[in-house]
Amino acid sequence: MGERRGRLLQRSIALGYVGVLVIVPLFVITWRALADGWSGFVSALSSEQAVTAFRLTAEIAVAAVAINTVFGVGVALLITRYRFRGRRFLGSLADLPISVSPIVVGFALVLVYGPTNGWFGKSLAHANIQVIFALPGMILATAFVTMPLVLREVVPVLEEEGLDQEQAARVLGANAVQRFRRITLPVIRPALTYGIVLSLARAIGEFGAVKVVSGNVSGVGQTQTVPLLIEERVEQIEPGSYQLAFVLILVTVLAIVLVSLKRSKESVS
Amino acid sequence: MSIEATGIVKRFGSFVALDDVDLSVASGRLTALLGPSGGGKSTLLRIIGGLDEADAGQVRIDGVEATGVPAQRRNVGFVFQHYAAFKHLSVFRNVAFGLEIRKRPKDEIKRRVGELLELVHLEQFADRLPSQLSGGQRQRMALARALAVQPSVLLLDEPFGALDAKVRRELRDWLRRLHDEMHVTTVFVTHDQEEALEVSDELVVINHGRIEQVGTPTDLYDKPANDFVMEFLGPVTTLGGRLIRPHDVEIFPQHVDRSVEAEVTRVQRIGFEVRAEMRTADSEPWAQLNRGQAEELALAAGSRVWVRATD
Repeated sequence: MGERRGRLLQRSIALGYVGVLVIVPLFVITWRALADGWSGFVSALSSEQAVTAFRLTAEIAVAAVAINTVFGVGVALLITRYRFRGRRFLGSLADLPISVSPIVVGFALVLVYGPTNGWFGKSLAHANIQVIFALPGMILATAFVTMPLVLREVVPVLEEEGLDQEQAARVLGANAVQRFRRITLPVIRPALTYGIVLSLARAIGEFGAVKVVSGNVSGVGQTQTVPLLIEERVEQIEPGSYQLAFVLILVTVLAIVLVSLKRSKESVS
Repeated sequence: MSIEATGIVKRFGSFVALDDVDLSVASGRLTALLGPSGGGKSTLLRIIGGLDEADAGQVRIDGVEATGVPAQRRNVGFVFQHYAAFKHLSVFRNVAFGLEIRKRPKDEIKRRVGELLELVHLEQFADRLPSQLSGGQRQRMALARALAVQPSVLLLDEPFGALDAKVRRELRDWLRRLHDEMHVTTVFVTHDQEEALEVSDELVVINHGRIEQVGTPTDLYDKPANDFVMEFLGPVTTLGGRLIRPHDVEIFPQHVDRSVEAEVTRVQRIGFEVRAEMRTADSEPWAQLNRGQAEELALAAGSRVWVRATD
């Protein structure tokens, strides 16, 4: 009897914890978003500002995730396949973006690439390349913040699988590209997919770092992403922020649910 | 297809894995590299296969310089201790891998893989994943995969090391029969002297990065070049300050020429074999006898006997 009660208590604590931290806030947002009905949604999402913000958010997320997929897999291969000085350091350095505040990341980027007094700012300005307060800076900031997500998913899989399969492919005549496509990629594919989805979810929602480097210019040539638009609407007490937030949450939750469903199906078969 | 390795040196940091090793394997032979773990035998095999690079020395396969040629262009077959199965591919696709890389026509691949799967008795498992096979089946698949590309030499790195004793024995016999049918030059690494003696045409004993002795199993067993080879190839005991095989210890109920007196301290039966541990004035030899011999001598702890080494 006592054991059962203990288990019940454990479960309630776990549920309560997740509830207070995650479920209640999400529920409130959802409830508010749906309160104004279909017309509320349409007006919140169909304004030109909102459409452009969604497009910009998607562009930034796709670009940042593409960068991190290529480099994440590359660095993961480097860390697991080669022994070199500074290998461990590189591994822990890749974790840095998780612990650094996104605002600090944004400021750091401004200090490096800023047009007036950034390190590379002057030369970039001469070459007519605008990084800060423009799309490249926002992609950089998002890529920085999402950097470890692919890497951290892929490294353990590569470590666990070891080199045997790749060596076997090698003696069977496969060159580096063939080995990667036929052996390494299938091995890391589930982990890679999960890492990409996590990165996408994180990239869509990134606020702090992007806010600092974006300048939050709305209108023509704007640099306003969906999270920045949500902030603006909340501050101006304009309607439509809940609906935007709801869409971001929905996209994220759907992506993660789909991937975990696929994952559990793969582990069953 | 012969293999010639000359002056091979390999260091890992300050550890010398191979110290100026020369190895020559005649075409069509089944050669075992035998030695304790860490002795350098696997490293030598991997250097022949191109998976490791030697710090110095040359490798020639079938008379053609192979040093510096990457593994994917050496056309060798390699079988790994832990199978190295492609986990996401079916048994069929595993075996077909090398042929697909070589862009052979589909019907040729189908026919060739079919033949090989029949050869390794896995034809009914073609559509399974490696995870659905037993260890022995996986290693047979790996062997078929290595043979599919018609390699000039077949290299096996502790191929039966991860299998249990019974499967090990089966695969060992089967490898020997397979080799007799195919005659592909084969080198396999093992630390199991029984396996090496039973399967191979030629034995190469490697220890501390050096080759201790090369010869037929009979040569090496009967005429070991040194104490290390003698000890490594089978059980040994000392009698009169000499290292001898326990089955070469003769026991008599009374004094005979050249014999010394001994007291039996322990008699142990292992199936048909009987081990008699004894104590003489200067050593503690043990003898290996069969049941009949032991009964005839009525050996028991405390018996007084005379022992000598057979010539």
